[in-house]
Amino acid sequence: MTLAIETAALVKGFGETRAVNGIDLRIAAGCVYGLLGPNGAGKTTTIRVLATLLRPDSGTAHVLGHDVAREPVEVRRKVSLTGQYASVDEDLTGTENLVLVARLIGMTWSAARVRALELLATFELADAAGRQVRTYSGGMRRRLDIAASLVRTPELLFLDEPTSGLDPRSRNQVWDMVRKIAAEGTTVLLTTQYLDEADRLADRLAVIDHGRVIAEGTSRELKTSVGGRTLNLRVTSIERVAEAEGVLRRVLGPDVRNGTEPQTLAAVVADESAVADALTALTGAGIGIAEFSMGQPSLDEVFFALTGHPAEERTAEEAYA
Amino acid sequence: MSSTTITPAPTTALSASVTLGWRALLKIKHVPFQLFDVTVFPLMMTLMFTYLFGGALAGSPREYIQFLLPGILVQAIVFITVYTGVGLNTDISKGLFDRFRSLPIWQPAPIVGALLGDVLRYSIAALMVISLGLILGFRPEAGPIGVVLAVALVLVFAFSLSWIWIVVSMIVKTPESVMTSSFLLLFPLTFASNIFVDPATMPGWLRTAVGYNPVTHLTDASRGLMHGGAQLADVVWVVAASAVIVAIFAPLAMHMYRKER
Repeated sequence: MTLAIETAALVKGFGETRAVNGIDLRIAAGCVYGLLGPNGAGKTTTIRVLATLLRPDSGTAHVLGHDVAREPVEVRRKVSLTGQYASVDEDLTGTENLVLVARLIGMTWSAARVRALELLATFELADAAGRQVRTYSGGMRRRLDIAASLVRTPELLFLDEPTSGLDPRSRNQVWDMVRKIAAEGTTVLLTTQYLDEADRLADRLAVIDHGRVIAEGTSRELKTSVGGRTLNLRVTSIERVAEAEGVLRRVLGPDVRNGTEPQTLAAVVADESAVADALTALTGAGIGIAEFSMGQPSLDEVFFALTGHPAEERTAEEAYA
Repeated sequence: MSSTTITPAPTTALSASVTLGWRALLKIKHVPFQLFDVTVFPLMMTLMFTYLFGGALAGSPREYIQFLLPGILVQAIVFITVYTGVGLNTDISKGLFDRFRSLPIWQPAPIVGALLGDVLRYSIAALMVISLGLILGFRPEAGPIGVVLAVALVLVFAFSLSWIWIVVSMIVKTPESVMTSSFLLLFPLTFASNIFVDPATMPGWLRTAVGYNPVTHLTDASRGLMHGGAQLADVVWVVAASAVIVAIFAPLAMHMYRKER
């Protein structure tokens, strides 16, 4: 496995506070990797260190084989960064913004223009190409910003909260873009506070809290590690609900409650092999099952279980990063 | 995405700076209003001081403008150097510099590019002031070449002062604070000089201070170049002062630029 990013005991502080407090990451090349955590957890600082905008205080970070502190220029040659705030020039048009970046990375005027128009079309901004960016909506700006990171195809793309502040439609558009970028072989490291975003986009996740990785794995692994998968089922006849509840208690254990609708039940499953037994017992008792599913805890619940506080928590002392 | 895979060719320092200078030009094209600051303010000062002080100080505005114009040019340009800092601070606070800094380019290019654009704006302002002066009756005795040389010297000094505002723009948080803090330097720098009146009328301590003010030497040089009789000493003073300012503030600015925010 080739590693796109490898950090060891990475520390970065501002004054008294350690925004990044010993982060170890091993991120495989070619995947979409999510850093999940609340505001001020240290996600942005981590990305800024990896993108060579900040120097680490201690520890090491290698990006695509280059030490970020010793070979920042090599790193910059291979990565692109889309920061938390749309870093495009509002006074310029969409085309001009992209041509600017293209020129800066060494393309000729004509090649820069061709590339700019190509990207504007891909990001559904062709109609707005000649308009000043200040007239763009939030979603358009963010798309232009991501486009600016793709003027040259980076080996690694950093996306810092790519969808914060966007409406659901723009969010979906950005998600599609990220999937396309990843499909073409670029490794993507994104930060997010949105649990569903991490769930949908990232192949693997690191949950970050107070500058540390508190959990790492696929979204499924994280959910499983919290334990408590749930069997949700709907019986065909409402008269048999109480009886079904009794059967489930007997087979699966005491943690059975009514579901969201009168005909449904939810039972916490400690041992998944018992699920088949429970279903057999129900049919044996002549109770018809209309549908059943195995549910997983939401990432919100995962976060709460890992940190002891909800993901939305924002405190003044954490707001610096 | 497209099937095109772009691999970057290294950009030279010059080409990166010129590209970012092109950005400054585009901004002028799209937001011509930003030229308003740099043109109207100098024009206003020229008109105001010529007619306010002209009668009292030199008998008539027309006589006074012969003395005042080379100086008011200095003041006008010195004052608008602060817009370099204001512009950079805006770029930094909007996150635009993060993009530039994460690109594999010569790191000072965004600053140098901005300065290239600013020198153009200073030139436009100088052109406006001199044109207005000519309309009001200013007659440079040394002819166009003298005027061009004077403007060139003023631009050299303005370029060096810009570096101070670049440093300030990296310290303070908002563009407004760049503006406010600049007045602390700009007012004494321009008023405690020989732009408006002959220092002979000032108390001794002030005269001494005025004598050390590079703006005084710049104004003397500007008058000398436009009307004839420029002292080499003044020109050397200005160039040396500019060099010292750049030598101190340019490395400081670059250090702070590389430093994290």
